[in-house]
Amino acid sequence: MAEEEYPDVELSDKQKKEIAKWFLLNSPAGEIQYVAKDLRSVLNDERIYNEAAQEAFPLYNKSHIICLEFPDRSGDVLITSYNELDKNEYLDPRTAQVATVNHVKQVCTEVRPAADEELPSPYIEDFRCTLDAEILKYVGEAYPKGICSVYCVNGKDVEGPGSNFELVVVISAVKNSPKNFCNGSWRSVWNIEFKDDMQMLAIRGKIQVDAHYFEEGNVQLDAKNECRDETMFQESYSNLPDTTFKDLRRKLPVTRTLFPWHNTLQFSLTRDIQKELGIGK
Amino acid sequence: MEAAMGLIRRMHPKKSQTALSALLSLLPHHSSDLLSQVDQPLQVLCDVDCGKEFILCEYNRDADSYRSPWSNKYHPPLEDALYPSSELRKLEIEANEVFAIYCDQYYEGGISSVYLWEDDYKEGFIACFLIKKDGSKTGQGRRGYLQEGAWDAIHVIEVGPEEEGAAHYCLTSTVMLSLTTNGESSGTFSLSGSIRRQMNMDLAIADGHLCNMGRMIEEMEGKLRNSLDQVYFGKTKEMVCTLRPPAEVVMRLPNS
Repeated sequence: MAEEEYPDVELSDKQKKEIAKWFLLNSPAGEIQYVAKDLRSVLNDERIYNEAAQEAFPLYNKSHIICLEFPDRSGDVLITSYNELDKNEYLDPRTAQVATVNHVKQVCTEVRPAADEELPSPYIEDFRCTLDAEILKYVGEAYPKGICSVYCVNGKDVEGPGSNFELVVVISAVKNSPKNFCNGSWRSVWNIEFKDDMQMLAIRGKIQVDAHYFEEGNVQLDAKNECRDETMFQESYSNLPDTTFKDLRRKLPVTRTLFPWHNTLQFSLTRDIQKELGIGK
Repeated sequence: MEAAMGLIRRMHPKKSQTALSALLSLLPHHSSDLLSQVDQPLQVLCDVDCGKEFILCEYNRDADSYRSPWSNKYHPPLEDALYPSSELRKLEIEANEVFAIYCDQYYEGGISSVYLWEDDYKEGFIACFLIKKDGSKTGQGRRGYLQEGAWDAIHVIEVGPEEEGAAHYCLTSTVMLSLTTNGESSGTFSLSGSIRRQMNMDLAIADGHLCNMGRMIEEMEGKLRNSLDQVYFGKTKEMVCTLRPPAEVVMRLPNS
């Protein structure tokens, strides 16, 4: 085994920042703070880390739909691109409040009542609120620990029938067990477009599930689905052991016995083994 | 360095090559440690003399060339290259032939390679057994369930000197696994992972080194396969079910 020289190429600050951002953005659900700690150690440059963090954390938080508690613990707010009013301000329509957050620390620092122009019109709010109530009921039954919200992303100022508008339902469930080396997250986003005087509803759903198990190894699941039926995950898993794994490695050879290593000893190896296994030539 | 390994463990296994390049550029002085400790999917070259493929790794590399276990030649050709002794080479040839059959039996295809070399620091030798299987339906996946499927196994055995008819074997095995199914109705489902285990044994050499090493590898691969199947995939499935238990009734949003 020969030694090889690796060129000592000095990276520019911009390159280092991009690398730092890459690690942060690609952290598994619930693990960005751990990744941040290791990253700071490897990077050894607080200034570049801070710049990278300022850019990466908001993107990560929104794509993972993280949930932050109000400072007075009276409720939570989800961080998504659908309810973002300003880069640090997020609307919680259920309580008609706006939360200010610190993305890098992943905390909600203050809450204030929402202004009228930040909220949907009463006509839209009627739809939003009714849907929200149904979703809350559903999430309460289907998810042990799910958080949900309904936002109006288009047409929030529509006053009456005759115009199109769009609502988005967001459901987020997270389970973090770092002590058990296991973390996971489920994110569902449903876009509902009310079109053409409500003659038509267009519903699109996107479900993303991630799981990470890292005791003595590193195994990650990511599953995406863009249809309504969620029973498919069970199907994927029940197929796995019997079918997909066999395509990679069988449990035992076709002979159903362990491989005959001992026969290599005295006789011409290949010939003997082939005879025993019945492989013709 | 510990922080670097921590980062690798958290990044998605599919992105491990990008993560490794990133770390190599941030920590150039740790490059040899990083390269030896971070698992990378195996690459393959074709031996021009016999048309058979062989697997590339650090153990058959000298400068930028790789030695084929079939012809014992470096690709691309290299002057003053390193070769195993003629005695080890004999054992290496035997090992490659037998391991190829083992590979066929368990993997129904796949590519295997075995490399042997003398240990610089002590008596005895080191053997590296490698397997690469592409189980996707466009590769060698017979049942056609996998859009993408890869199993890469690396087994490195340090064999100690013979003492009173026995020798000490230290096996370090790494399996890297990646599979993706893509159903019409079920969307994309992707699982990737890697695990590494070690096994130490003192065995009589009456049956020969190859037999001892082979049996250890077979046992280890069986354990790793079961681990991956039951423990790891079981755990991630458990996580999904904890997040959202399977519903008896699918709720449908009302249509107007």
